[in-house]
Formats: sequence, structure tokens, C-alpha cells
Amino acid sequence: MTGRDEVGKVRFFMKVVVARAYVRVIGAQREMSWIIGDTLLPFLTVCAYIYVYRAMKAPPEYTGFVVLGGVIMTFWVHMLWSMAMQLFWEKEMGNMARYLMAPLPRPALLLGMALGGIIMASSRAVIIYLACRYVFDIHFHFNEPWLALSVFLVTLAALYGMGMTLSSLFFIAGRGINHGLMAMHEPVFFVAGFYFPVRRLGMLTATAAAAIIPATLGLDALRQTMLNAHDTGLISARLELAILSVMSVVFVWASVLMIRKMEELGRKSGKLVLSEG
Amino acid sequence: MRALHWHRETASYADYADDEQTMTTFSIETRNLSRIFKLDRAARKESGRILTALDDLNLQIHPGELFGLLGPNGAGKTTSIRILCTLLLPTEGEAFIEGMDVVKDVWKVRRIINMVSGGETCGYGILNARENLRLFTELYGIPWRVAKPRIEYMLKVVGLEKFCGVRVNKLSTGLRQRLNFARGFTTDPKVLFLDEPTVGLDVHSARQIRSFIKEWVVDHPEKTILLTTHHMVEADELCDRVAIIDRGKVQVCDTPAALKKLVQKETALDLTIKGLDPLPDSLDELPGVQSLTTNRETDRQVTLVHALLTDPEAGGELIRVMTGNGRRLMGLETSQPTLEDVFVKLTGRSLVDNNVDAAERDK
Ligand SMILES: Nc1ncnc2c1ncn2[C@@H]1O[C@H](COP(=O)(O)OP(=O)(O)O)[C@@H](O)[C@H]1O
Ligand SMILES: [Mg+2]
Repeated sequence: MTGRDEVGKVRFFMKVVVARAYVRVIGAQREMSWIIGDTLLPFLTVCAYIYVYRAMKAPPEYTGFVVLGGVIMTFWVHMLWSMAMQLFWEKEMGNMARYLMAPLPRPALLLGMALGGIIMASSRAVIIYLACRYVFDIHFHFNEPWLALSVFLVTLAALYGMGMTLSSLFFIAGRGINHGLMAMHEPVFFVAGFYFPVRRLGMLTATAAAAIIPATLGLDALRQTMLNAHDTGLISARLELAILSVMSVVFVWASVLMIRKMEELGRKSGKLVLSEG
Repeated sequence: MRALHWHRETASYADYADDEQTMTTFSIETRNLSRIFKLDRAARKESGRILTALDDLNLQIHPGELFGLLGPNGAGKTTSIRILCTLLLPTEGEAFIEGMDVVKDVWKVRRIINMVSGGETCGYGILNARENLRLFTELYGIPWRVAKPRIEYMLKVVGLEKFCGVRVNKLSTGLRQRLNFARGFTTDPKVLFLDEPTVGLDVHSARQIRSFIKEWVVDHPEKTILLTTHHMVEADELCDRVAIIDRGKVQVCDTPAALKKLVQKETALDLTIKGLDPLPDSLDELPGVQSLTTNRETDRQVTLVHALLTDPEAGGELIRVMTGNGRRLMGLETSQPTLEDVFVKLTGRSLVDNNVDAAERDK
């Protein structure tokens, strides 16, 4: 392999990442209903909680907690629907066969989806944050701005890394997972196993458990770094940052293995990659 | 070194000298290609545990050929294409694209192929037609300056230039199908697979697509196209050579003209009967009648019958039986035998379901 080939490969990889991320970013600007779904609804939820807390005369820091919680919540839902479910949607749209037939590096595709998702979700989060900041006059402290920023970005990386891994799993699971995901939004139904066959429960429980870790750690670290809530924190923000960094790397690595496995299984069985037609 | 080279215009092979690379390499070759599907629980009850979609399929397609796979639904056309496109693994046998193994050299193969499946659409509703095509060329690492003129050209060809700035989710399914068709050509593949490219299109669009394919192969004599269809007119009109496949096997493979010679001794009759009533069952058993295919044209309220007679004398009796019971004969012509007749002769079955609409037949 000559050095020139390597440069060419890296370029191609980046090109695919950018091409796929572009769809997300441009889509986010064009589609009004996405903006409402991604920004207005989480904002209203956050508002509702803030009013409840204020009515209960809860200490003022709580409203800050709720805002951060709302932001993380946005990421969480967004990651599930537009990253973990993405390969499944791609198949429904008829794109999966096009992608798999093309000579593109598979991880670049996942990374492009994740990057687009992160850019889009971050812009939404900033809007929600600013809205809450000015509507409710909540004061955040940035004593350690770089730490706060790192925590924010690494939390996103861990969440979306998880989404990248889940996307291949959900793709294999197929249509049934849809109902499972709905249920994950409503924990009661989820535990009761209302919407989905019980045999999917194992995987979903594991998913839910794993998912709680980056979201929880990220949220906790953000509260510590942005609201000075060190005394209520689980562990130190720096340690949380370290754990989240390791998780990101592991998830991204796992996603590369998973998509390879998924493609292999699909080509063998003829059922996973291809529509049943 | 000498190699066979296919001449489209004369539909013949000629020897020519070339470097070793192209020598004796087929553009597409399959050797005893087989594929079995394990059926899921629901489907199993009816038809056993496994389904043989391809059964020792052998094809040898030359560079520059426009080759047709003609066969009824379920013959294994899509399965063959999926294997050749690296989307599906064969259960047994081998397949090569430009001498490269579709299982072992997947990445090399993927660089030089593309595929369009007629009934399908793809892309993102949020992007416009041009952006979608650009995205798909980027997946092949094609720089924009190279892709742009091709994309503009293809948008024009499929009649999307007026809509190229419109978001795809605002386009009709027909237009999205055309966009998908255009996509196949924008990566300038060495080998292109067209899986029933005109399926679901209206007669006019289907004709446009066919004439574009014809032009394209003339402009790109070095490119190979494998086209599948269950539409005999399409195979006849477009293809240099046709393999008729049924139940996963090649029944016969030759130029359309040579194939039709297989039914040269027979006489073909086209009859137009008023009304849409079913014809008597006994027709098939008339002596001297080899096969009958009927087509109901609902808009004209007529039934078109294509009959292949081993004995021309049988025509009189056929008409007599057919026009009994108040049915009226509105037209009668002797016609050239078709690839459909070849298929029926070989398999004893009809290529298309009997009541396919007139658009499908496109005469
Ligand atoms: N993924 C699959 N799982 C099970 N059976 C399949 C699958 N794909 C195709 N088949 C079966 O294989 C046979 C050939 O199908 P196909 O290649 O799609 O035929 P054609 O394209 O000629 O209509 C059909 O009987 C079809 O039902
Ligand atoms: Mg098919």
C-alpha cells in the first residue's frame, strides 16, 4: 500500500462522512416539523416541570437541573430515533441496498449519520438552553468552561456511539423493534411488556441499562460543571468525563464490528439486507 | 493474443487482438450458481423448508453486450442480480464480474458496478433530485466536477430537469422511480444491472426509458448491461442476447432472432374478440394448437388472443370454437412468433399472468 493510496482512502472516508452528515444538517433546516418536534416539544416539557417545581417552591437550583435534564432528554430521544433506528429507516426508504452495494467504508456511513445527528441535536440543545436561560432567568456558572464543553461533547459521543452500535442490532431485529422502542419512551409499558414480544425484552433491558449510563453520567457531570452542584454529584466530573471517553471509544469500536457482522449475516440469509419482495 | 469481441451492430462475434487483460474474460460469468432460501415459519407450511431460487445457473456475458434475462415472476432474476451485486451470497457455484470473484473480490467488484431496480425508489425526501444524485456519486468517491455534468445529463434524460430543485418528497412515485433509474448511470459503471427497469411505469415513460437504454449502449460500446424483464417485447427490442430462465435455470440462450427461429415452423395468430368473458377451457386441447395466451383489455372491452399453431389448418377450428356462444371476432392477423411463444414452447407455461393489463403488453 503506497502512501498515496492511504491518503486517497482517508479522503474518501471523510467524503462519505460529510456527504451523509450533510443530509441531516440540511434536512434539519428545511423541515419545519422537525424543528418543532426537536425544539418546541422538549422546551414545553421543560417549562411544565419548571412551573411544577416553582409551584412546589422547590429550591431555585432545581430549575437548572430540569433544563439540563431536558437537553439530555432531547439527545436521548433523538439518538434512539435517528441513530439507533437509522439503518432500519434506510432500508424502508430503499437506501440500504444502495449503500451496501457501493464501495464505501461502512464505518464512514455510521459516523456520518452520528455526526449529522450530533450537529443537529446540539443546535437544538443550544436553542432550548437559551430559551430557558432567558425565559426563566436561570443562571449557569461556567467556572470551568473547557471541562463543561468536554463533558458536553464526550457525552454526545458516548450516546451516539451507542446509537451506532444499536443501529446494526435494531436492523437485524427488524420491524418488531419499533414497538419496543415506543415502549422505551414509557417505562411502565416497557416493564409490563405491553407492546413487544417478551423475547425482545432481554435485549431491550440490556439496551436500556447501558443507555442509562452515558445519559446519567453526562447529566451528572453537566450539573456539576454548569450549576456548581458538586455536593449532589455522584462522582467527580473529571472521573465521569474519563468513563464517558472510554465508553465512546468502546461503542464506536463495537459499532464497526456490529455493522460488519450485520452485513455478513444479511448476505448469508438474504433476509436482513434485502427487502422481502 | 486473440479474443472474442462482440459486435452489437452485426450481432456477431469477431476476432480481435488486444492485450492480455481482456482476453477471454467475460464481463459477467456465473458457473453453476445456486441459491437456496430457508423459509421462515409462516411460509414453510405451504412449500417445504427450503426454496431453490437459483439452480445451477450458467451465464457468459461479453464486454459490451446488452444481455437480457427473461423469465416469469419468481424465476430467479432478482436473486441472480443480487448475487452479482454482492448483496447476497450464493449457496453454491461462482460468479465473476470482469474476472473478479463476487465473493472474494467484493470491494473491487463494487467499484465498477451499479444496479437499478425498476419498482424501487431511493434517496431522501428532504433533498432535491440533484442533491440525491450527488450523494450517491459521493459514495463512489466521484469528485463533484466529474459527477456534475453526468447528473445534469441524466436529469435531462429522465425528464427531471424541471423538478431538479424540488424536494423529492414532493415528487410523484413515477418521478422518484425515474430518479432511481438515473442514479444507476451517474457513477458511470463498467457493468450495470437493470432489474425490470420499466416495471410500474406508464407506457410512455417505459418507452422513453427503453430508447434511452438503446442510445446509451451505442454511446458506450465498452459497457455491459444485464437487464432482467418478464416483458418479452422489452427483451426482444433491447437485448443483443437473451437467456430465458425459469425456476432458477437457463432454458435457452441466444439472440432474440435465433430464439424466435425455434418456433419458426409454427404459425402465430393474433385474434381480437369482443367482450371480456372467459374463453372455453377446451381451446387448449384443440389438435394443432400449441399454446394460447390471452390478454384482457378492459378499456377497449376486448380480449386479445395470441395463438401458436403447429398446424395452420387448425386456425379455422380455433376461430369456430372461439366465436361460439355469442362471442364476436373483431380482428384476425397472422403475426411473427414472439419470445413468449419460445417460452411457452420450452416450459409449457405462459410468461406473464393471463390478465395483465394492456400497458404491460405495450403493443
Ligand atoms: N429473501 C428471500 N427469502 C426467501 N425467498 C426468497 C427471497 N428472495 C427471493 N426468494 C424466492 O426466490 C424465488 C426467486 O425470486 P426472484 O429472484 O425474486 O425472482 P424474479 O426476480 O425472477 O421474479 C422466488 O420464489 C422468491 O419467492
Ligand atoms: Mg424480480
